[in-house]
Amino acid sequence: MKFTHDTWLVFSRAMRLSVRNPVWVIIGIMQPILYLTLFGPLLEPVANTPGFPPGDAWQVFTPGLLVLLGLFGAAFVGFGLIAEWRAGVVDRMRVTPAARGALLMGRVLRDIVVILVQGALLVLTAILMGLEASLGSILIGLGIVALLGGSFSAVSYGLALKLKSEDAFAPLLNGVLLPVMLLSGILLPMTLAPGWLETVSQFNPITYVVDGVRAIFRGDLASSEAGIGFAITAVLIALGVLYGTRMFRRESA
Amino acid sequence: MTDTMIQSRGLRRVYKTRTSEVEAVRGVDFVVGSGEIVGFLGPNGAGKTTTLRMLTTLLEPTGGEATVAGCDLRDDPVGVRRRIGYVSQSGSTDPEALAGEEIVDHARMYGIGKTQAMANGRALFDQLDLDGLWGRKCKTLSGGQRRRLDIAMGLVHKPGLVFLDEPSTGLDPQSRANLWDHIRRLRDDMGTTVFLTTHYMDEADLLCDRILVIDDGAIVSRGTPEELKRGVRGDAVSLTFPHPDEATIVAEIASRLDGATEPIIEGAEVRFQVPDGARALPGLLRGMVDNDIDLSGVEVHRPTLDDVFLTLTGRSLREDNIEPEPTGQAA
Repeated sequence: MKFTHDTWLVFSRAMRLSVRNPVWVIIGIMQPILYLTLFGPLLEPVANTPGFPPGDAWQVFTPGLLVLLGLFGAAFVGFGLIAEWRAGVVDRMRVTPAARGALLMGRVLRDIVVILVQGALLVLTAILMGLEASLGSILIGLGIVALLGGSFSAVSYGLALKLKSEDAFAPLLNGVLLPVMLLSGILLPMTLAPGWLETVSQFNPITYVVDGVRAIFRGDLASSEAGIGFAITAVLIALGVLYGTRMFRRESA
Repeated sequence: MTDTMIQSRGLRRVYKTRTSEVEAVRGVDFVVGSGEIVGFLGPNGAGKTTTLRMLTTLLEPTGGEATVAGCDLRDDPVGVRRRIGYVSQSGSTDPEALAGEEIVDHARMYGIGKTQAMANGRALFDQLDLDGLWGRKCKTLSGGQRRRLDIAMGLVHKPGLVFLDEPSTGLDPQSRANLWDHIRRLRDDMGTTVFLTTHYMDEADLLCDRILVIDDGAIVSRGTPEELKRGVRGDAVSLTFPHPDEATIVAEIASRLDGATEPIIEGAEVRFQVPDGARALPGLLRGMVDNDIDLSGVEVHRPTLDDVFLTLTGRSLREDNIEPEPTGQAA
């Protein structure tokens, strides 16, 4: 099928470039690994405080870091697309008959693969630190994080094509990502938060994704938390791909 | 194959900025026949690139319509994309990618198989003096090599119609001449139609079968290079004297010549145009001898496209007064 063919072409080109220059993949994984090794140990005593959610410190913290990886790993991919646009690559592809959606999906799939590799490294490190989770939980958790990453990468590409300027893109990312991260209980669970903060966090869809992945790492695969987390991720990726494709289809000025 | 490759009817484009609207292209009508090399000549900012981006489906026209390579621009953009090649002004390759990989990937986006894509790419590398650069990262290529790679990319799927946006910008004189040869061969051997933009007079003059002169979003003249040059009133004569006083006297004499334009005096130099410079000159020289005037230099030249442009727009089209073109990112 044409869409699959074109997506594969764009994906393999993007993957080839990433593999050839893996510096960014390594830089991307550094942040969660540092959180895990330098911040994670602080959480072990906190796990005994009243209000800490079920599961031990690592079962609570690792899923949070995975989601963090999904958010930050994917949100910045737009910078690469701005560079591609400036080099003329985006327009060069847009004058070909290739499916517009494939120009987006090929790149998003590359980002998903990168996040999966980084996520697997993160989980391995967490296991060394003391994480206990079943293989099934880990795989499902990684899958949800990969989908979440895919949605953020699609939106990041769409915004990059809209703004076409690093100077406008960087503050926008920081302005959105920091509150999203702080209000999702990634670092410390929101169950520890005062009432107003917990209420605000309930308006953040990422909160439910974090809760869902935490439930999955505890082994509560059939829980409503896991279901809601997955459903919200599915909605996010659908919306992200829709938006990103629209931006690739839209005339570029 | 139809005889008409491009037909543009009232194509126009308005860019909206926060404060105002700019009409970059004000409704252009033209026809490009199959197998022609047609040049879009104009200064930067005249609307050349905007028109090209509309014809290549990258930009939606604000008004008007066009048929490109037999497909309607609005109803069948994918059909247009399938049949055309486009070489943009801003390049086409990722600095980190290998030249050979970029051209093969690009060909495959047209549904060309891997083996055929390699063969087409290699052949173009050969023709465009890129041999030996297949495995090189694009960022290590020189500006001229990268430009030729851009052009190879635009041709790799053997389109019947190619759009080249400022193809020879940044090339040294020898590479330009080679590129022109290649473009002529495209037409002669393959019957390819070439539509290019340029702000180089010599390029339009030597390479193009027909020229459309565009200024400020509108086509101000069109025809073969010869036809356009014939439209200019005649040969340009330039006389230089030791002193400005003499220039004033001679300007007076020159203005009485049959069909001469009003002479322009600049210091000790007088410039004007006459229908036949070679015939007018002896009489003029005699007049100077009679008035005891020394002449330090004389120049007569046939009209160039630069003169055409000057006549049409009142402005000269030289490289040194070109301002950067707004790329239209405001919209």
